[in-house]
Amino acid sequence: MCTMIAEKVQIAGSGKSRDRWFPIAQTYVSFDHPFHLQREHALNLDFVNEELGTGARVAVELTPEDARELATTILRLLDEGAEVEAGSA
Amino acid sequence: MTDTRAYEGLIAETITVQGDGGDSIYAYFARPLGEGPFPAMLLLHHIPGWDEWYRETARRYAHHGYVTICPDLYYRDGSGEPEDVAAKVRAEGGAPDDRVVGDADGCIAYLRSLPYVTGKVGVMGTCSGGRHSFLVGCRSSEGVDAVVDCWGGNVVMPPENLSERQPVAPIDYTADLAAPLLGLFGENDFSPTPDQVAEHEAALQREGKDYEFHMYPNAGHGFFYYNYPQAYAAEAAVDGWEKIWDFLERKLG
Repeated sequence: MCTMIAEKVQIAGSGKSRDRWFPIAQTYVSFDHPFHLQREHALNLDFVNEELGTGARVAVELTPEDARELATTILRLLDEGAEVEAGSA
Repeated sequence: MTDTRAYEGLIAETITVQGDGGDSIYAYFARPLGEGPFPAMLLLHHIPGWDEWYRETARRYAHHGYVTICPDLYYRDGSGEPEDVAAKVRAEGGAPDDRVVGDADGCIAYLRSLPYVTGKVGVMGTCSGGRHSFLVGCRSSEGVDAVVDCWGGNVVMPPENLSERQPVAPIDYTADLAAPLLGLFGENDFSPTPDQVAEHEAALQREGKDYEFHMYPNAGHGFFYYNYPQAYAAEAAVDGWEKIWDFLERKLG
């Protein structure tokens, strides 16, 4: 909120929080104060399910550099996966 | 000043208080034992939520002789671990300003209703709580007698950052500030930046307000937070607390 850089994305997936898997329904993406990472600002991802309560949350806090590298890697692997799926179709 | 032969005690517990719109919300409450009368403090928590640091700070204020209340400003957003609730509020753009001011008014009225309170009430907060403290100093219908803003970001807001929850930049309320203001800031902070602090200071000067700002070198955002080693700045923190006790003694004592 200090940076005002935050968005909520509706998604569908699964996440593991503490000792259980739960269906993920939303992801909070922010560039703001992290809770744990020792930086003033971080790229924060909170995979949550609002219907299950605030405890249904998987939190990840990344440095901006690592977040960019991760995003690039995700996109590259998605492209590779799409090629595999296209080949097997 | 502590006297080794003086009796000392405090009580601290969760209570229910009427907040904005008459809603019942939780608050952490800490007070010195004794008949008083004591001055009072309202603590407005930061973005990480209604957490352990604020409970400890409430007890610290009680130790220093202040009846202190710290409401859960995210009470309506859910329950659970403070940071899980705070993550939700962060994604939604923070607590609505009007609701925070309403919750603050409920707490101030509660404090003034207590038989062991002098009637003098100050407000203090850090981070978003510093911003909210300034807002309360300007907008509270109950009124406060002192405001402590510790590195409150987004007092100065560009128009594109205004939202339904924060529709007005707090700096635009400066003319309405009705209590003396103490501000503590760090030179290395990104929110507020030293330039934003200077802009706020210029507005306070223009309006002829009673304020004192202190800008610490080698300190950034959150320099009181000993539990965040990256943020903690010992020298600034020690001096900052001394400035707070001195300011409150002069304004509420």
